[in-house]
Amino acid sequence: MNRTNLIDHAVLILATLFMVLPVLVAIMTSTHTAVDIHSNGLFLTPAGHGAETYAAVLTRQGGFTGQVTGTRMMINSLILGVGFAVGKIVLSMLAAYALVYFRFRLATVMFWIIFTTLLLPLEVRIMPSYQVMSELGLLNSYTGLIVPLLASATGTFYFRQFFKSVPDELLEAARIDGAGPFKFLIDVLIPLSKTMMAAIFIIMFVYGWNQYLWPMLMTTDERFFTLMRGIKQILQVWVGSQIPDYNEAFALAVLALAPPVLVVVVFQRWFIKGLTESDK
Amino acid sequence: MASIQITNLSKTYPGASGPSVADINLSIRDGEFIVLVGPSGCGKSTLLRMVAGLEDITGGEIHIGDRLVNRVDPADRDIAMVFQNYALYPHMTVRENMAYGLKNRKTPAAEIEARVAEAARMLELRPYLDRKPRALSGGQRQRVAMGRAVVRQPAAFLFDEPLSNLDAKLRVSMRGEIRRLQKRLGTTSLYVTHDQLEAMTLADRLVVLNGGRIEQIGAPLDIYHRPASTFVASFIGAPAMNLLDAEIAGGTLRLGTVEIARIATAAQGPVSLGIRAEDLSIATQGLPFRLDFIEELGAQRLVHGHVEGQPLTLSLSPDIAISDQMHLAIRPGALHLFDTNTGKRLSLPESERQQIHAPA
Repeated sequence: MNRTNLIDHAVLILATLFMVLPVLVAIMTSTHTAVDIHSNGLFLTPAGHGAETYAAVLTRQGGFTGQVTGTRMMINSLILGVGFAVGKIVLSMLAAYALVYFRFRLATVMFWIIFTTLLLPLEVRIMPSYQVMSELGLLNSYTGLIVPLLASATGTFYFRQFFKSVPDELLEAARIDGAGPFKFLIDVLIPLSKTMMAAIFIIMFVYGWNQYLWPMLMTTDERFFTLMRGIKQILQVWVGSQIPDYNEAFALAVLALAPPVLVVVVFQRWFIKGLTESDK
Repeated sequence: MASIQITNLSKTYPGASGPSVADINLSIRDGEFIVLVGPSGCGKSTLLRMVAGLEDITGGEIHIGDRLVNRVDPADRDIAMVFQNYALYPHMTVRENMAYGLKNRKTPAAEIEARVAEAARMLELRPYLDRKPRALSGGQRQRVAMGRAVVRQPAAFLFDEPLSNLDAKLRVSMRGEIRRLQKRLGTTSLYVTHDQLEAMTLADRLVVLNGGRIEQIGAPLDIYHRPASTFVASFIGAPAMNLLDAEIAGGTLRLGTVEIARIATAAQGPVSLGIRAEDLSIATQGLPFRLDFIEELGAQRLVHGHVEGQPLTLSLSPDIAISDQMHLAIRPGALHLFDTNTGKRLSLPESERQQIHAPA
């Protein structure tokens, strides 16, 4: 190994600053008042208004109907994020299990069909999806928000690769030990793919959490608004001589940042294992 | 505990031009230790896996006990298998690994515990019961795999090259352990290996396979002393039996210009002559031998050289002096003759052979 020198450190520090500074600016600025921000721009130093801003953002009733609070939006985002992640893991794991362990005709064809949908982003099929949900009467519901996005080519692909790396002898040993297909999945495969599930959970949670376009289409009822929409909402009040609530927008942004960061921090050990470790 | 009866068994993989395994007839007695041995690709694992139920059977029948098991699920065949790479469940402890098969069969918890404890005692695994497989050494993992088979108390054990992943020293000691365990439990066993030494030391009876067919079945020493073909002769025993091109003419077996033995047979023409390395010794006259090189094994040395332009190996005690040019004698009655074309053994009554020490 080379000895680390000054330049190595300088590069790392620069890169870190590059990533962290904007976040820091957001956090610091959110502790100033809106007027302060409006007249002086962004801050790198803290001020004393943090507590009241965050309290206001989380509890004040806002929106047109005056019914939606920051907490409500956060809960909605969480439901969306967790629902996405869990649903996708379950669905893609079952799909991959069928593809890898059951010999049925067209399995390969099916896999490639699933795989090619990776190339299609949500936006391409957003109108038909909306149409279907609307006709099923699922607009303005959590089901409608979550279910249409559950099918996951990425997840299926990851699980398929992982299942393929599980040695065949393990399946054979389980067969001789009297474990049927269902038991094998529950007793052997699921415990083995814990790290894989953690990795996919992170990816999918962040993906779900950050959804903007789909919730905006699907929900008109403010009770279902997510944080992502909330931030937008605040900046839209640019009417007359009113100063936009920059501080609240920043506070919401920081709040929106927190859960994904938390998830990543908690799961990161498994996450890295899941993406790098092929066996076990 | 049960006998295993294999009748006309064959296996053809879909899309393959010919069968991978064919015409297998094998009758295994209750409690017998059978070793299937052969080079890689000879179908020995396929045969074992068909008995286990992990491969479909194309033709023929397998009976375990009195029961036809062709269409019986592996779990219901009352067999236990030990795999080459152990195939332990990595997320379960040693105890859970051993108990898993019993749990799936709804064995009462108290009995599971008793059986696991008994197996752990027998295999000296007690200190490791609560460890995960990854915290164990190769030998210990293999013992766990055996424990998993033992607790099931099956009608038969199936071993698929269980020692190939172990280092040489451990292999020897595990070999002994497997043998001892099998003797003690008296469970019918079918063991696959490509290692002829393992095969010789473990087997009650050996089954030598070549190209998906049985080449010879017999007790290890019978096979060693009376190989049925040149294939078996060269496969069983280390160093491999010397096979030389010889000729029978006028009742005399000749190797090049040297007369080797008088044989009372009407047969004429070329034959393959087999001689074990240890059946050769240095003499004052006999086969002229030109030395190439020597391999020292400690207790003995392998001397490689040529006789009449054909390679030959002999095994000698290290204290025998060796020179570049020597004459060799063959131990009386140690000649094996094989048909040159088919490779099959030519049986000649022992008494009709007579050794000649022909001058060079």
